[in-house]
Amino acid sequence: MARYDRAITVFSPDGHLFQVEYALEAVRKGNAAVGVRGTDAIVLGVEKKATPKLQDSRSVRKIVSLDNHIALACAGLKADARVLINRARIECQSHRLTVEDPVTVEYITRYIAGLQQKFTQSGGVRPFGLSTLIIGFDPYTGVPALYQTDPSGTFSAWKANATGRNSNSMREFLEKNYKETSGQETVKLAIRALLEVVESGGKNIEIAVMTRETGLRQLDEAEIDAIVAEIEAEKAAAEAAKKAPSKET
Amino acid sequence: MKLDTSGLQSFVPLSAPIDDLCPDLSAPPTFDLPRSADFDGFQKDAIQMVKPAKGTTTLAFIFKEGVIVAADSRASMGGYISSQTVKKIIEINPYMIGTMAGGAADCQFWHRNLGIKCRLHELANKRRISVAGASKLLANILYSYRGMGLSVGTMIAGWDETGAGLYYVDSEGGRLKGTRFSVGSGSPYAYGVLDNGYRYDMSIEEAAELARRAIYHATFRDAASGGVASVYYVGPSGWKKLSGDDVGELHFRYYPVAPNPTEQEMAEVSPA
Repeated sequence: MARYDRAITVFSPDGHLFQVEYALEAVRKGNAAVGVRGTDAIVLGVEKKATPKLQDSRSVRKIVSLDNHIALACAGLKADARVLINRARIECQSHRLTVEDPVTVEYITRYIAGLQQKFTQSGGVRPFGLSTLIIGFDPYTGVPALYQTDPSGTFSAWKANATGRNSNSMREFLEKNYKETSGQETVKLAIRALLEVVESGGKNIEIAVMTRETGLRQLDEAEIDAIVAEIEAEKAAAEAAKKAPSKET
Repeated sequence: MKLDTSGLQSFVPLSAPIDDLCPDLSAPPTFDLPRSADFDGFQKDAIQMVKPAKGTTTLAFIFKEGVIVAADSRASMGGYISSQTVKKIIEINPYMIGTMAGGAADCQFWHRNLGIKCRLHELANKRRISVAGASKLLANILYSYRGMGLSVGTMIAGWDETGAGLYYVDSEGGRLKGTRFSVGSGSPYAYGVLDNGYRYDMSIEEAAELARRAIYHATFRDAASGGVASVYYVGPSGWKKLSGDDVGELHFRYYPVAPNPTEQEMAEVSPA
């Protein structure tokens, strides 16, 4: 087995590309990221590891915009992310220039996934060690979309998804609790999913909301704290409601 | 010279520094240049060779119901009329047409190539390409061949989500959005009739008749235009050929020959 995992361009006898799978491991070690699609808003949330006191936290934005109507969050190697994001931004503008139209979410996802795939089939390179969550609104139909790509270069559309650390627990939570939401409810759902795996509090979570009219908006700590408090209150109320009927029996 | 087929790939400018790590992935397209002592002179000769060939009249205009596109059908080589039956309106796809002026081969090839690119765009993006986008693709290709002797003066007319679209694209790399265009050696004559009779709110028949008259008058005065005046209409359900009339017949339709009034009738003189 060890012989088949050095070069990216070598299949193992049982059909694995080990380098790609190791890249997926790198993603699993990255910080948690979640994306939830609502009817009129799409939310991206990322776990923020404790910032050192002297670090300027504004320089470590984990949710970035690719164009006015497209945003991206990722889990994995952040340095690789920078390269991918720069290429995607150039492609967004290039598309505007050659066909006089903004990109659709599907197009730019396909481009990023294609780029990730190219690096799994060339000599002398390694795959990008990150999975991305891409959100945006279709420029003409206004339909919201959430896509995910991974180091192998596959992509698909999701109603809600999570990637990075503990993504399985987050995805389970989302599968149990997902329903069509809009506006603030979508934000709450995303935060609740993140809180399953992340310490509670505004300074450990970064949230951005995209709407058709106003584009991408990063929520500040105070807002997140307020919503977290709401969620905890709702949880406590639900717990109390559960205990109440059992008292009667 | 080897043909530069990079025009058949999509334009994605990858900045060189990022690609230092992966030289295989972004080889810039290259082609051979001709080995002549005077390359500038060669370019000038190439252009001169095709220059007289923009002998034609084509026109297109946008009006309330959509776009009307009309053209003659004469091909001339200097003073020799090589054909009276050239198809100068090229169907790119069911909702977009292009006109041909300049080098026939250049126009035909690049319009077909544009049709390919439009179809690939549709398949990849699950939606039709806009007229603006299609004309931009063509203009970018022609710009990349600028100075190499291509001779194309075309109008791309079509219908997309934003309504009627009309763009003029030429081999100098120019691209103009507009509502009225005429291209070719007969265009000044066509403009005279077109500009005079144009109104935005015409019916399809009125607009077609205006286009027909404009082409006819251009063929009347311009030696390099003639043959058949074809008129196409592009609307929400795509393009439709409305008519193709021989300009000779159109002449007698517009200016019928009046029978000469006889001054005196020669009466039979009975032998006195």
